[in-house]
Amino acid sequence: MKLVAISGSNVGTKTRTVMEHVTQTVIVQDPDVEATLVDLAEVDMVFSDGRNFTEYTGDTGRVTRALMDADAIIIGTPIFQASIPATLKNIFDLLPVNAFRDKVVAMVATAGSAKHYLIPQQQLQPILTYMKAQVVQPYVFVEEKDLLRKQIVNTDVIARLDRLVEDTLVLTQTYASIREAKDAAYGF
Amino acid sequence: MTAPTDHPEPVTSTEPVAHTESVNMMDHLGFSSGQGLQFGMYSLGDHLPNPADGSRVSAGERIREFIGYAQAAEDAGLDFISVGESHQQYFASQAHAVILGAIAQATSTIRIGSTSTILSTSDPVRVFENFSTIDHISGGRAELVAGRASRVGLFELLGYDLRDYEELFEEKFELLNRINREQKLSWRGQFRAPLNDAEVLPRPAQEPLPIWRAVGGAPTSAIKAGLAGVPMVMAHLGGTTSSFKPTVNAYREAARHQGFDPAALPIATAGFFHAAETSQEALRGLYPHINEGMKRTNGQGMPKQLFAQAVDPHSIVNLGSPQQIVEKMLHQHEVFGHQRYLGQMDFGGMPYDQVMKQIEIIGSEIIPALKKYTASPTPASALSASAANRHAAEEPAR
Repeated sequence: MKLVAISGSNVGTKTRTVMEHVTQTVIVQDPDVEATLVDLAEVDMVFSDGRNFTEYTGDTGRVTRALMDADAIIIGTPIFQASIPATLKNIFDLLPVNAFRDKVVAMVATAGSAKHYLIPQQQLQPILTYMKAQVVQPYVFVEEKDLLRKQIVNTDVIARLDRLVEDTLVLTQTYASIREAKDAAYGF
Repeated sequence: MTAPTDHPEPVTSTEPVAHTESVNMMDHLGFSSGQGLQFGMYSLGDHLPNPADGSRVSAGERIREFIGYAQAAEDAGLDFISVGESHQQYFASQAHAVILGAIAQATSTIRIGSTSTILSTSDPVRVFENFSTIDHISGGRAELVAGRASRVGLFELLGYDLRDYEELFEEKFELLNRINREQKLSWRGQFRAPLNDAEVLPRPAQEPLPIWRAVGGAPTSAIKAGLAGVPMVMAHLGGTTSSFKPTVNAYREAARHQGFDPAALPIATAGFFHAAETSQEALRGLYPHINEGMKRTNGQGMPKQLFAQAVDPHSIVNLGSPQQIVEKMLHQHEVFGHQRYLGQMDFGGMPYDQVMKQIEIIGSEIIPALKKYTASPTPASALSASAANRHAAEEPAR
């Protein structure tokens, strides 16, 4: 199984801190999973110009291909102006409409205020379902007070992230085996 | 095959020709003669490995295969053969006009076309010169289908800016059509040097050269084809036949709106074709080629769930037993009232002998049945004739 974790912002440390922990948790829970963390602050992405994802070069080409090859994706996003950051939206714009077909996608949000709690559900999830993702229903919402100097200091957040990773892995395996059985039944 | 008997006077004006003087393309292409639905074959020019064993013929062999298809298609009684232009990896038809020239020389009756010529990244003057020449080599059998490219690598390769994607095509398509209509013209635009009372030669054997616009499934570009009053080739990967009817309606409505007679404008449909003894065998025979081929050329395969729906009688994909395919095609003809179907049967490394077998089945089993149900004994208006004839005939079981 291939899993890509995304840290969706090009500034700040909170999302990156949480997604590093998420990636480590994946490896601890299942060492056979090929897990990669893509930090959008560290890659040089061009804006989408509508071409097919296979035709981008450089970091843009590498990141889009990694996402298209993934079986599971865990998206970490900060909340900017009551929505996802432009860097993350650009990732979706770079991909085909059915990009998340046969993929399980989970959401993690970091925010300065609890008032943003519904943003992932209202702003991010509609994009994921439009792109045909099987979305992991619960998501983890991390606040500024849960973090200190690039560490998660709230053990409850760690427990919630553990459960999210487990749900993501279990659902990915489950959907894959259902699909394999279904495809085999077609007989072609 | 359809050399027009009454050529319009050569037009020397630099103004666009008024619609009333435009040629009735339905008559010009011979679709009004009551011959029924035409069957054509098209290749994108892909050069992909056979998924069964991963082997791939050489580029030279692949190019000669296109010529072989054309000869076999002609022998089997197909009406049309075409090869597309593509400049990306896994394709062998970059110089598609050269291949079409070879096909013109190797055949004598089948009509020859491009599916598609990527006009956006070529000079319409050179494109016209090429196709006019193919028209002469073939004795008036050439047709051109102009498209915008579904992949954009060629913009970089050939030195064009992707930001001009829309306008490049629209400007060049308009110019190409003017060159076709006007013996001499003056023209000024954004993407090539101006033409001053220029004569683009040779003039084609057919006056005018049949020029179609390639259209995807969505109505937007069909509307553009309708507004320009040019015939359209509508391509689809899959879906329900009736879901493409709004595209056909939008095309005809746009043409009418602009003062063209929709009954004078032919429509061709294009999509995957595969015949086998049973629909299950057809699915098995085609699926790996489509799935693996699309993975390589598009980056994403086709889900089995979606592909399995191709056996439905209402699917636009002409896959199944010859009898099932005939019934589907008649259903499509009833819905669209189109004049020509183009089957893509060589995609994804389909071995040459298997493509030959498809052509043989089309000639021996499919075309005779199609003609039986769609051809009318007396020439009449093509839009209504074939449908009326079929309504009078026994309704096919489905």
